[in-house]
Amino acid sequence: MVNFNYVITDEIGIHARPAGLLAKEAKAVSSRVVIKANGKEADASKLMAVMGLGVKKGNEITVEVAGDDETEAAAKMEEFFKANL
Amino acid sequence: MEIFYGKAIFRGIAIGKILFNSKNKQQVRRTKIDDAEAEISRFEKAKEEASQELEVLYNKALKEVGESNAAIFEVHSMMLEDDDFNDAIIEKIKNQLVNAEYAVAKTGDGLADMFANMEDEYFRARAADMKDISERVISKLVGEDSSFQLKEPAIIVAKDLAPSETIQMDKSKLLAFVTELGSSSSHTAILARTMNLPALIGVKIDSGWNGKFAVVDGYNGKLVIEPDKDTLAKYKKIQQDDLEKRELLKELKGKETVTKGGKKIHLYANIGNPSDLSSVLENDAEGIGLFRSEFLYLDSDNFPTEEEQFNAYRKVAETMGSKKVIIRTLDIGADKQVGYFNLGHEDNPAMGYRAIRICLDQQDIFKTQLRALLRASAFGNISVMYPMIISVNEVMQIKEIVKNVMEELETEGIDFNKNIEQGIMIETPAAVIISDELAKEADFFSIGTNDLTQYTLAADRQNAKLENIIDTHHPAVLRSIKTVIENAHKAGIWAGICGELGADTSLTETFLSYGIDELSVSPTFVLPVRKVVRDTD
Repeated sequence: MVNFNYVITDEIGIHARPAGLLAKEAKAVSSRVVIKANGKEADASKLMAVMGLGVKKGNEITVEVAGDDETEAAAKMEEFFKANL
Repeated sequence: MEIFYGKAIFRGIAIGKILFNSKNKQQVRRTKIDDAEAEISRFEKAKEEASQELEVLYNKALKEVGESNAAIFEVHSMMLEDDDFNDAIIEKIKNQLVNAEYAVAKTGDGLADMFANMEDEYFRARAADMKDISERVISKLVGEDSSFQLKEPAIIVAKDLAPSETIQMDKSKLLAFVTELGSSSSHTAILARTMNLPALIGVKIDSGWNGKFAVVDGYNGKLVIEPDKDTLAKYKKIQQDDLEKRELLKELKGKETVTKGGKKIHLYANIGNPSDLSSVLENDAEGIGLFRSEFLYLDSDNFPTEEEQFNAYRKVAETMGSKKVIIRTLDIGADKQVGYFNLGHEDNPAMGYRAIRICLDQQDIFKTQLRALLRASAFGNISVMYPMIISVNEVMQIKEIVKNVMEELETEGIDFNKNIEQGIMIETPAAVIISDELAKEADFFSIGTNDLTQYTLAADRQNAKLENIIDTHHPAVLRSIKTVIENAHKAGIWAGICGELGADTSLTETFLSYGIDELSVSPTFVLPVRKVVRDTD
């Protein structure tokens, strides 16, 4: 399992659009990607669940990636966050 | 005539007939089904149709309201594909043996509730999106066309409007929206703003309004049903003015203030308060030619501190970015009621202890302002201008004080623009006559035509009896302006006008012929002046 932390910089937090793009990215890798935030967690490929976390600007999240392509996938996920959130 | 109030979403006026849109929310009945597999297929098929429809809507929105607003349909598509949404529906069909319509409705409502209970307003607004998606799928299952078509121009009144509903309507027939629900961050609000449609939310609606003639007043948050003649005429005029302003804006925004012959001038705006900044930017001013600093002193019970001043100047500088901001130092006199200054009564305040005279006499006040201005100069493009100058000696004194303040700041290690542009206002006959000498000591001139006219004609501009005497186009005033500009150029500095005469478009061509370099006017005059300049040879 590979994990990394990230502090959200987007003004609206993890809102619909990036959550949707995140879900697409998460579905494209074979590892399971879990977002942990504010004491809750959600599978990154599930748009509604991720939005349900209510992550706002300034919140720190932990992203857990587990699976056969975890190192590569984690790197891709981290890139995604940096570019979109 | 009846008036109803709501929250205005977009500032504009719409006049027309009301069309009441009662939401045809699908009446979903729970029925028992036998073949779960078949029902799931029904669902999948309906979902596919909904997905395609969303794509069409996305493309329509992309064309009509741009990418960022069209994005909502992309979001709907993603939500439609969400695993939790789909899995929950399929589960219900399999386990409870219920019809797809019911499964979708229940799931949709559940997710909508989840959003509605979230802390953040943004997420709460997504509840409406969830309902929209469910409705769309259900309407596909039921086989009804849920779209709402407009036959003639109308003001749409509804309890709430989903973004898809607004996009589906024929844009050319949409006059305004009025809804009971919704927030200013809801998609409908965002769309209204993008489409420049007057809109109100939070209005207690009544289906009895259908077909009635009304006015939507987006400036005051009013809905006027069946306005009387005078009210209607008033609104028609505002609408006309709005239209003209918008036309002008479209035509001239972003264009250079340059004559046909290629002579370019700077066209700035005059403001008295940071709250006027939005007007400056809206009207496409190229900078601020006069920022009256008095508001800091007038709005207070006590001398504004250096910090307070610094914050105000810095905010303006940052908002204007690289655009020039010319800040005039304190220009107060006995005619302005500022108790804590203890200026006492004067028989002749216009010619009294005022402006730079106070500053040179009470240097701590002056230094505080200068420190704040210099500190703020590190955050944008700030220039300073001194009012009511009558002698070279005054300017030399000012420069000495500024030099000291600069040394102070340097010792303290505080950043500031060491080469800050320092200009003077030419608003006294004395300044006009010795403008050749003054030009050697200043970085620029800004002509304060209001006071210059009054002092030159020896006539009080506040005296109603003298209205016929005060000719703003008086040759003495015009010659003064011409002389000042010439003397400025001889010394290699620029000259502008920040007084009201700058906005007098009957004189623009004259000023251009004198060689004026800059005009600073009230924000609403920026575009009209630009138009005249561009139309001049």
